[in-house]
Parts: sequence; structure tokens; C-alpha cells
Amino acid sequence: MHIAEGFLPVGHAVAWFVVATPFVVHGARAVIRQSREHPESRLLLAAAGAFTFVLSSIKLPSITGSSSHPTGTGLGAVLFRPPVMAFLSTIVLLFQALLLAHGGITTLGANVFSMGIAGPWVGYSLWKLSNALSWNRHLGIFAALAGADLATYVVTSFQLGLAFPDPVSGVWGSVVKFLGIFALSQVPLAVIEGILGVLVFRLLSDVAKPELERLGVVAAEPETVAA
Amino acid sequence: MKKATINILLAVALVLVAAISYLIGGLRTDPEDGFAGTDSLATRHIQAAHPDYVPWAQPLFQPSSSEVESGLFALQAALGGTVLGFTIGRLSARRRSAQPSDEA
Repeated sequence: MHIAEGFLPVGHAVAWFVVATPFVVHGARAVIRQSREHPESRLLLAAAGAFTFVLSSIKLPSITGSSSHPTGTGLGAVLFRPPVMAFLSTIVLLFQALLLAHGGITTLGANVFSMGIAGPWVGYSLWKLSNALSWNRHLGIFAALAGADLATYVVTSFQLGLAFPDPVSGVWGSVVKFLGIFALSQVPLAVIEGILGVLVFRLLSDVAKPELERLGVVAAEPETVAA
Repeated sequence: MKKATINILLAVALVLVAAISYLIGGLRTDPEDGFAGTDSLATRHIQAAHPDYVPWAQPLFQPSSSEVESGLFALQAALGGTVLGFTIGRLSARRRSAQPSDEA
């Protein structure tokens, strides 16, 4: 999902910056508000950020014979709502753009949009949907993390398709080509990320139960509900 | 089922998916390319399909070899892993110290 430095036409790069900036600013304020109003959730917030940091540093081999990164953004989106992830993903993407030549400063807006905005919102929507359908909570977590991961790469494919329309088949043909590079490769990674997310969520449900209850992620114990 | 059993099963499933994905991928991968990153495949596709496109910016800093690059990726993972471990440890300690007087 890292569009390389310079690999978006200027107009596209600027447009994605304009689109992504308000989300990131809003996200930064959400992070500040969360940690000021609920200092007890700082640890969990740091854990969500760290989870993304770890997962996006790993390249996993895939069934297509190529390799790709998970994103790890779904967990934080479920715990703290998506805006927070716009900010945390920006930190991750800046680190990778500056130190690893992965992604870039000119393509930061587009990359933040796919990884930090679209992915988390898709993951969060799947989580809400799973709650509405009263699925098993773990299935919901799996869907949220796998969905956020996959959606990120689908959005990247659309971004590149729009920027580099195929001379013959146009934008759509180009999107299909980029989906061919990104989407199928990402499926097993999304599954892996989903399973890992369930494991981490189970761990957090153990050690951070009060925080998760306050955030409304797990049902509060009966006596607190009655109040 | 016991909590630990479920966790072990989940971990086994995770490793299985990764291993199967690696094995299937290995059959399809280009011997010269190994498991090339999808990001660089996309860049290569752009260069092939739009040879007239000139990237208008270069990375400010480029790790000088793949060894340096993988080291920096490891640094990223290490930073994240350290913070994740620290926070989970702290949360766990907080929970344990809160539990005796759970009414609080």
C-alpha cells in the first residue's frame, strides 16, 4: 500500500493531501482528548499504536509469489474509533517514508488515506455490523482487522488506477491491474492479521477489561450495566 | 474449551495460514524475484505501462543496501514490540493490583 515517492502525479498527490489532512488533524485531537480525559486509557492507546507499528514493519510472503505488509489498523479503530488511527498511521508512514524509503513524503497524503482513514473506517464498520448482527465478538474482531487490511490495498489500487489510467482500458482497466497486484496477495495476510488480532484482543480482554468496558468494546459486567 | 487451548489453536491456525501461503507462493514465484514486495511490483508496473512518467521526487534517504533496510525494519518492529510488551505488562500489573479491592 506504500505508493513510492514521486509515483503520483502532482495534482493527485496534492489532492490526497487535502483530503487526508482534516482526518489527521481530527485524529490528533482525538488522541489528545482521549489521553487527557481518560489518562487510564493511555496504555491501551499506546498498545494500539504499537500494534500497527509492529505489523506494518513485517513483510509476509503470499500465495501470489510476492510479499506484502499487514497494516494493524483495525484493532485501534475498534478500540478507539477510526480517527485515532489516522494520526497513528501517519506516524508509522512518516517513519517508513523517512527512514526506509518506503512510501514517501509526496505520496504521504494518499498513503495516509488508504491505511489511516479508509482501512480503519472499513474495519470499524465491519465491527459495528458484527455487533448489530450479534456475531461472536471474536468473529467481529477478525472481520474488522482483516477488513481494514484488505480495504487499505483495495483503496491503493483505486488511487493508482486513477493516477495511471491504462491507455487502452482506461481507469477501470488500470484499477483491475493494480488489484491484481495487491488484492489477492493481501488475502492470506488479512487472514493472518485477523487471527493475530483475535489473539491480542483476547489478551487485552484479560489485562485491560475495565478499559475495554469503558470504551464499550466489551459488555460491562451486569452490576455496572444496571446503574 | 479452555482459554489456553483456544489461544494455542489460534496460534497454530496463524502459523498454518502463513506456511501454506508461503508454500503456494513459492510455486508461483519468479526465481529471480523471490517474494518481491507488492509495492515495488506496482512501481514496476507503472514504469512499464507509462514509460514516459518521470517520478518527480526521490526519497530523501535511501537505505544503502537491503541489509541496512532490513535492519531498519527490524528497528521499527523492535520499537513497536517493546511498547506493546511494556503496555500489556503495565495493564496486567494494574489489573492485578486493582483486583483485591475490585469495587473501586
